[in-house]
Amino acid sequence: MVFESLSEKLQNALGKLKGRGKLTEKDVDLAMREVKLALLEADVNFKVVKKFIKDVKQRAIGSEVMESLTPGQQVVKIVNEELTSLMGEKESKLEFSPTPPTIVLMCGLQGAGKTTTAGKLANLLKKQNKRPLLVACDVYRPAAIKQLQVVGEKVDVPVFSMGDKNDPVDIAKAAVEHGKRNGNDLIIIDTAGRLHIDENLMDELEGIKNGVNPNEILLVVDSMTGQDAVTVAETFNDRLGITGVVLTKLDGDARGGAALSIRSVTGKPIKYVGMGEKLDELRAFHPDRMASRILGM
Amino acid sequence: RSYGKIDDDLFDELEEVLITADVGVNTTMEIIDNLKNQVKEQKIKESNDIRELLKEEIEGTLKKVEDSKTDRKLNIEPSPAIILVVGVNGAGKTTTIGKMAWNLKQEGKKVLIAAGDTFRAAAIEQLEEWANRADVDLVAHKEGADPAAVIYDGIQAAKARKSDVLICDTAGRLHNKKNLMNELNKIFRVVEREYPEASKEVLLVVDATTGQNAILQAKVFKEACDITGVVLTKLDGTAKGGVVIALQSELNVPVKLIGVGEGIDDLQPFDTKSFIEALIG
Ligand SMILES: Nc1nc2c(ncn2[C@@H]2O[C@H](COP(=O)(O)OP(=O)(O)OP(=O)(O)O)[C@@H](O)[C@H]2O)c(=O)[nH]1
Ligand SMILES: Nc1nc2c(ncn2[C@@H]2O[C@H](COP(=O)(O)OP(=O)(O)OP(=O)(O)O)[C@@H](O)[C@H]2O)c(=O)[nH]1
Ligand SMILES: [K+]
Ligand SMILES: [Mg+2]
Ligand SMILES: [Mg+2]
Repeated sequence: MVFESLSEKLQNALGKLKGRGKLTEKDVDLAMREVKLALLEADVNFKVVKKFIKDVKQRAIGSEVMESLTPGQQVVKIVNEELTSLMGEKESKLEFSPTPPTIVLMCGLQGAGKTTTAGKLANLLKKQNKRPLLVACDVYRPAAIKQLQVVGEKVDVPVFSMGDKNDPVDIAKAAVEHGKRNGNDLIIIDTAGRLHIDENLMDELEGIKNGVNPNEILLVVDSMTGQDAVTVAETFNDRLGITGVVLTKLDGDARGGAALSIRSVTGKPIKYVGMGEKLDELRAFHPDRMASRILGM
Repeated sequence: RSYGKIDDDLFDELEEVLITADVGVNTTMEIIDNLKNQVKEQKIKESNDIRELLKEEIEGTLKKVEDSKTDRKLNIEPSPAIILVVGVNGAGKTTTIGKMAWNLKQEGKKVLIAAGDTFRAAAIEQLEEWANRADVDLVAHKEGADPAAVIYDGIQAAKARKSDVLICDTAGRLHNKKNLMNELNKIFRVVEREYPEASKEVLLVVDATTGQNAILQAKVFKEACDITGVVLTKLDGTAKGGVVIALQSELNVPVKLIGVGEGIDDLQPFDTKSFIEALIG
């Protein structure tokens, strides 16, 4: 529906062009205004939109309006292609360590979906014959450890915990030793939600990183996030060097502009998407589908 | 910040400030258009005055919600009262309930909590911990139980124990899930049917980092359970929660409380002036 409205708007803006061969700068300006509004409505970050529009303009000006396409559709096509390529051409997989165990560190803001995603990931990779261990490093949130234990039980994956009186850095290190002894080739560390501006807790994450040297540091982001997604992702990436992103709650109807914003400012791929609360609802990320979603197609 | 002369660049800059704060394109355009008119009408020349004008403009919008709803206080007088807390996943419902129970208890109220999230892993244990911290009673069933039955029991217990306020937790749910919204509507109907004498408040919890989707959320939740107020959480981060400007005026539902941290004391009344100050900065 939204696609129709963007498409219609573009049609209206460019309708009079019919029969002319190429898009001129003025035509493109008209169309780009509509595209800009659509992206902002989808919560793509303001600065990212500005840059994106500039890039697309370059490409659209002077491009042929193909026989079968109206000028409006031609612009949508270009925008869609540019969006897709900006988000990575193909799906991006988890990197496994050549010398197991592979260590995955989950991080992100409060309530983004880290604990649930940790369970989903363990579930998914267990089916690919990995032997995961979940690690309870959230010693702050009430019943966080219990939550991970329940999740672990549901997917039949062991959970390593040292209660809430120990330092998360020590817990993570002990978990890796425990995992090695018990033949776990995949160790997934759940951490407490934290604000990117919380220096102490960001230090703690850095401590875990230095302590266990993870192969993957996944930033978990709620797909309903608005303009702030870039600030959050940039800060986590600067502090930790994230290796990828998991976009959660995509089973909702948010347009998910955060995906584009994050990809664009960090350059790091979105590796998985969360499609529900259940522990089998984790999927590979498809850049082209996300582009269409952001545009509302 | 002080600006030079009033020109298009200045308006563009203000537009950027608003959009970056999640105010949304349409609302931002409206505000900026009104601002331009005001500048013309009042013959304003000083660019410094324009920020004040912008603040007044937004304040005006927010004040309208206040006028029609008398104020932003919780509707919990007279006792007994029931507060139903709803929202999408991970917004901060359970934590807000812990803080709210604590605040109300400090005010001398007898508070009871009902553990209406029987779905999420350890949701009941989480709420139990908050009930302990706030030192209030909790009514809970087992994981997987019917949430409407929990709320029903909560109401009976509140009556028997002569509680002033019963606060009901519910599972996080995305508003586009029909079955889950029906479930919520069923809970709401239990409240209406079993506790008609109670003052009623239905709070939608919205995470301040949420973008434009919050408006859709509010619309659908309002249909399912007639929300009467909003709690805006996680304002201690860098997100400004600007989407609540449109949310409030479109739905005529006021923000009543804000969450500013994970501690038990981190729940505050919504203050229009400080909200706008933080927004425009
Ligand atoms: N609908 C839906 N809900 C999800 C998804 N992922 C997580 N959730 C829900 O989001 C809420 C928060 O998830 P958690 O896993 O507890 O989030 P967290 O990041 O660990 O939270 P903190 O530890 O408090 O920071 C829960 O209600 C989850 O069930 C998803 O992909 N879709
Ligand atoms: N920084 C900050 N964190 C908050 C605030 N309110 C809640 N949180 C955190 O957000 C996360 C989710 O909070 P919950 O209370 O579990 O959210 P919920 O809506 O009950 O989640 P579900 O029941 O899973 O849908 C937890 O880590 C809380 O500590 C707040 O005002 N500021
Ligand atoms: K959230
Ligand atoms: Mg967690
Ligand atoms: Mg909860």
